[in-house]
Amino acid sequence: MDVKDINTPGYEIPEEIEGQVAITTLDKIYNWGRSASVWPLMFALACCGIEYICAQASRFDLSRFGMEVTRPSPRQSDLMLVSGTVTKKMMPTIVRLYNQMPEPKYVIAMGSCASGGGPFKEGYNVVSGIDRYIPVDVYIPGCPPTPQALINGLIKLQEKISKQSIKTVRWYQKGEDQASIPVPILGPDLIDPRKIPLIKNHEA
Amino acid sequence: MTTPAPVETLDLSTLLPGFVTTDTRPGYSGWVVDKNHLVEFASKLRDEFGYDLLTSVTGVDYLPDDKMEVVYHAFKTTGGPVLNYKVQVPRQDPIEVPSLVSVYPGVELQEREIWDLFGIIFTGHPDLRRILMWEGFEGHPLRKDWKEAYFEEESKPFKSRWPDGKIVQAENNNKFSDNIAYPAGFDPEKWIPEGEDALYGSLAKYEYTSQDGIKNDHIVVNLGPQHPSTHGVFRVSAVLDGEIIANLKPVMGYLHRNHEKIGERNTFLQNMPYTDRLDYLSSLSNNFGYALTVEKLMNIEVPERAEYIRVIMAELTRITNHCMALGALFNDLGTFFTPLIYLLEERELILDIFEAVTGSRMMCNYFRFGGVARDFPEGILEKIKGLVFERLPKKIDEIDRFMSDNEIIRSRGIGQGILTAEDAIRFSATGPLLRASGVPYDVRRADPYSIYDRFDFDIVVRQNGDIYDRYMVRLEEMRQSVRIIQQAIKGLPVGEFQTGKPQYQVRVPAGESYGRVESPKGELAFYVISTGKPSPWRYHVRAPSFINLTPYGHMCVGQKIADIVAILGSIDIVLGEVDR
Amino acid sequence: MYGKGILKGLGVTLKRYIDTYIDDIRWMGKRYYKSEGIAHRSSKDARGIFTIQYPEEKVPVPEEFRFIPFLVYDDGENGEHILRCTSCGICPKVCPPQCIWITRTTNPATGRPIPDPAEFYIDADICMNCGLCAEYCPFDAIKMDHDYELASFARNILNLQSLSKSASYYEGIRPINATKENRARDAKLAARAAAGVKAE
Ligand code: SF4
Repeated sequence: MDVKDINTPGYEIPEEIEGQVAITTLDKIYNWGRSASVWPLMFALACCGIEYICAQASRFDLSRFGMEVTRPSPRQSDLMLVSGTVTKKMMPTIVRLYNQMPEPKYVIAMGSCASGGGPFKEGYNVVSGIDRYIPVDVYIPGCPPTPQALINGLIKLQEKISKQSIKTVRWYQKGEDQASIPVPILGPDLIDPRKIPLIKNHEA
Repeated sequence: MTTPAPVETLDLSTLLPGFVTTDTRPGYSGWVVDKNHLVEFASKLRDEFGYDLLTSVTGVDYLPDDKMEVVYHAFKTTGGPVLNYKVQVPRQDPIEVPSLVSVYPGVELQEREIWDLFGIIFTGHPDLRRILMWEGFEGHPLRKDWKEAYFEEESKPFKSRWPDGKIVQAENNNKFSDNIAYPAGFDPEKWIPEGEDALYGSLAKYEYTSQDGIKNDHIVVNLGPQHPSTHGVFRVSAVLDGEIIANLKPVMGYLHRNHEKIGERNTFLQNMPYTDRLDYLSSLSNNFGYALTVEKLMNIEVPERAEYIRVIMAELTRITNHCMALGALFNDLGTFFTPLIYLLEERELILDIFEAVTGSRMMCNYFRFGGVARDFPEGILEKIKGLVFERLPKKIDEIDRFMSDNEIIRSRGIGQGILTAEDAIRFSATGPLLRASGVPYDVRRADPYSIYDRFDFDIVVRQNGDIYDRYMVRLEEMRQSVRIIQQAIKGLPVGEFQTGKPQYQVRVPAGESYGRVESPKGELAFYVISTGKPSPWRYHVRAPSFINLTPYGHMCVGQKIADIVAILGSIDIVLGEVDR
Repeated sequence: MYGKGILKGLGVTLKRYIDTYIDDIRWMGKRYYKSEGIAHRSSKDARGIFTIQYPEEKVPVPEEFRFIPFLVYDDGENGEHILRCTSCGICPKVCPPQCIWITRTTNPATGRPIPDPAEFYIDADICMNCGLCAEYCPFDAIKMDHDYELASFARNILNLQSLSKSASYYEGIRPINATKENRARDAKLAARAAAGVKAE
């Protein structure tokens, strides 16, 4: 983002200090800081994860976006990049990781598998898209999305971040339900605790 | 491929008279062994006939015949064709087959997989637990009468797609609007998850020795499934005695994508792009293995030019794979990122070639039965030449200079994670893991396929079987691959790249076929059974990364906890293939 | 000497570091944001800095590159779009993950099928970009797109509208293939015309 994008128009700044002073809104500066230092969780699931590694490496170099700091701990990360097939066996772990991430947090579903099940959707151990359990901010189609497609998605995320406002974001709301997502249980098949009443009443 | 699968000329029926018979079904070969004499038969084969490498064990469900079968594929490490034998059991629970772990410890994980997916109990197995699914999962998915929640039809193409295709997302057909199904009368509130008791129970079974009479307590440490150095969603559960590993079990299945179940519904061609996603770092090797297997069944020839193109692409894949494997290993050893990034640069340049030839960087989907999908585009040969004649040899030397004398690599690599030659064979290890232990076994030489017998290259062997040697083997293999590609480019003939007209519905005669290639990770084989229908009856992948994990625990015991990751890196696994 | 190996390694990194600047000077500003600079950085002579600064620079995609499929239409005389697709049903049959749905148009009067799709869906969240549909389509009607910048805030289900793209777009992204196919189609038409003349 350029200085002129940060400046809110309509205010007169004397010419001599134009380069040193910016008049802006809190929102803009807050979002600018956040969108330029999104720290992803170090977390690769499948084939798409390899393209993610390539995007991190020298040819595409995510550090140009301030995103090279992958954190092994969810407590320090802002972004969960779900890069690959989500299996039922892995699902409890992912939800737990998501719950451990502090707000503000974002989720990107990279590749068709994470977005909607992908080529393995019909499989018995595959979750039909990560958005069945955790909210997704950006979907990147492709199998796998090339590193450039991934960066395109990350830019989309930055766009989304820069449009948010402190007044309305969910993590500053009073009384807003901050309850974490219930962790699925591994039963005879994956059990989503939110669906227990439905499961209870089913007739096989 | 020019000749059908070579049939073993040994007469084994006299070995255990009355209990061993030839498999006479049309299209099948090998021997059928009586289940009660299996262990005796296997030990005799190993000790008297030299079949010391049992590479693959898998199950087949013959639902119409009301039979289950366990199929074994054995080889000699001195080279030669396959010998397969089978055990047939009636399909009534409990289905029991004696375990071969006492003869070939390499079957340990594979037998667990068969128990998980087919529900065949291996009597005498030391640790028979589910491996890919979790304890408590309902049913054994690869049985033919087991249906998943999104089950639509027995085989593809599905009728709902055309001519009256109204888009319906699979979840909308399910009563929980998700990919789930439960047994009748299941009450989720009464469900007590089995958790990890079985795993921890099996871990505790180790010989506990306290030194100097001091009483030590042991702790269990879990790494993964989300751990940066486990190369994906892999989990290691280790029992520690201080800092020393007393026992260790790999835990997997976190990326189990049901390749085999889906593969039995796909048509033969539709499986090709799915093989890309097995070992996603070396998709062209997977294509190669699968194409060979089906071509064997179809008994078709591949044109000269296509053979050369195949070899060039497969060897380029080996280089890309080793770039990634070595880079990751360096990371695990403590030389962070710089060498990995240098290697990834070379990988990127080769991926550019893949993208230009096949259309995708990673998921190449390039091989077809009887050839390849399309010819080399114009100008690509120049690019490959530039790489293999000029750039790559220099860059491999650079990595050699960069890392081989590095004190970090040497002190963490030499003498660590040793696997002796005997152990490597016993545990069915293949690929660089086996060759670093001093066994010169390479499928390209031991049982040549395609046109590998025409090229001049060395099989890289090192003697110590430690982490450093595995690194050196991979490095040297990159040089050999460059050598092969150089020869292949010089010999590349003009001509067709595909036999006959491209077809999307191939006719595959009934029978079984075991086709194997030397993938960068080891012996990659496909076991395909056709019944003459458009889709295979059984589609099994003998995944090298999965089976190479069998000796993992053995290699780690006695090492420090920090070596868990280094040893794993030196095995070189890809989770897409481990879990399939 | 202990540490010699590390020093040797540091020499390698130092050389790489210097290479960047040597090449920067040699290329005199043409190295970045210019197509020849990008081509050089992806060639066998690449050394020093290797980064392609997406989105300002882009790695050029090769002709065969495949992403999500699209449907090709020709422009009719009055500017209408004539889809090449005849809804023959080969692509939903070859599609490995079965992500294509086609409804065939039927003539309301006779109830007979018309070779034209009434509806065409691709679930991009199942598609595995394998390219088999494009490979086996006998009418060159479905092709793999080059556009990979598709990230969105919602799931992607593509319908007839969003799938259709013009033949000139197709010729733009795959010039070599398109020429080859056009020539083959023309030859076939000519042959059929010749045969038709004979039959009459
Ligand atoms: S979307 Fe494709 S590339 Fe990505 S994880 Fe799924 S199968 Fe692999």
